[in-house]
Amino acid sequence: MVQTLAMPVAPALSVICNGHNNNLLTNASLSFPVSKQPQYPSLSIQCARVGGVEIPNNKRIEYSLQYIHGVGRTRARQILVDLKMENKITKDMSEEELITIRDEVSKYMIEGDLRRFNALAIRRLKEIQCYRGIRHIQGLPCRGQHTKNNCRTLKGKRVAIAGKKKAPR
Amino acid sequence: MPRRSLWKGSFVDAFLAELKNKKDVLANKKIWSRRSSILPEFLNTTVRIYNGRNFVRCKVTEEKVGHKFGEFAITRKRRPFGAPKGKK
Repeated sequence: MVQTLAMPVAPALSVICNGHNNNLLTNASLSFPVSKQPQYPSLSIQCARVGGVEIPNNKRIEYSLQYIHGVGRTRARQILVDLKMENKITKDMSEEELITIRDEVSKYMIEGDLRRFNALAIRRLKEIQCYRGIRHIQGLPCRGQHTKNNCRTLKGKRVAIAGKKKAPR
Repeated sequence: MPRRSLWKGSFVDAFLAELKNKKDVLANKKIWSRRSSILPEFLNTTVRIYNGRNFVRCKVTEEKVGHKFGEFAITRKRRPFGAPKGKK
């Protein structure tokens, strides 16, 4: 019953939201019930593109922004706060809102630029042969962690050492 | 990467700080103070840094400024990989 009632209402409401885009307050009060509508995965085929290649889908914008390399929980939150934007589901966003978000995201260093920046920093450490650089070359943690156990992220999968246990003492 | 608060400046042992403007004295000098940072004044000198056993020669280049001396003299031997043949 609820679903059948809600179905025709949902697109109508979102249209109203988009129309009143300039007034943020009315927007907030109106769009809240919309976001509570049940989601139909088949309906949302198109994806929004923010910051180049990223394609966040039908999640709330705070969380879909985190799919961008370089935008985490803090920064996604900060972007919304800076824009005074309300945390809607991404596909409910109007085109202008997406454009403002794109502008805001482009202020930060993300994706390829960030990856290149980090790679350069690591390459510098390797070139000057300092302790951290050597640890990077060796593929071991460089921040003083213990390496007797664990460190599996860096060391990779466990490799069995042949004949280690078998030798009787 | 400034980890220390800026008003303190970078840490340098007192005897090294005195050598700031006397580059020729610093040249090829043995350095035990691994904890001192490399100042821009030490540029283009070669120093020998103690690693607990012997001295490692190290040329101070522009990129090394701001790091500590100890970072460039490794204190541990790397255990040779896959060669525990002696152990039984």
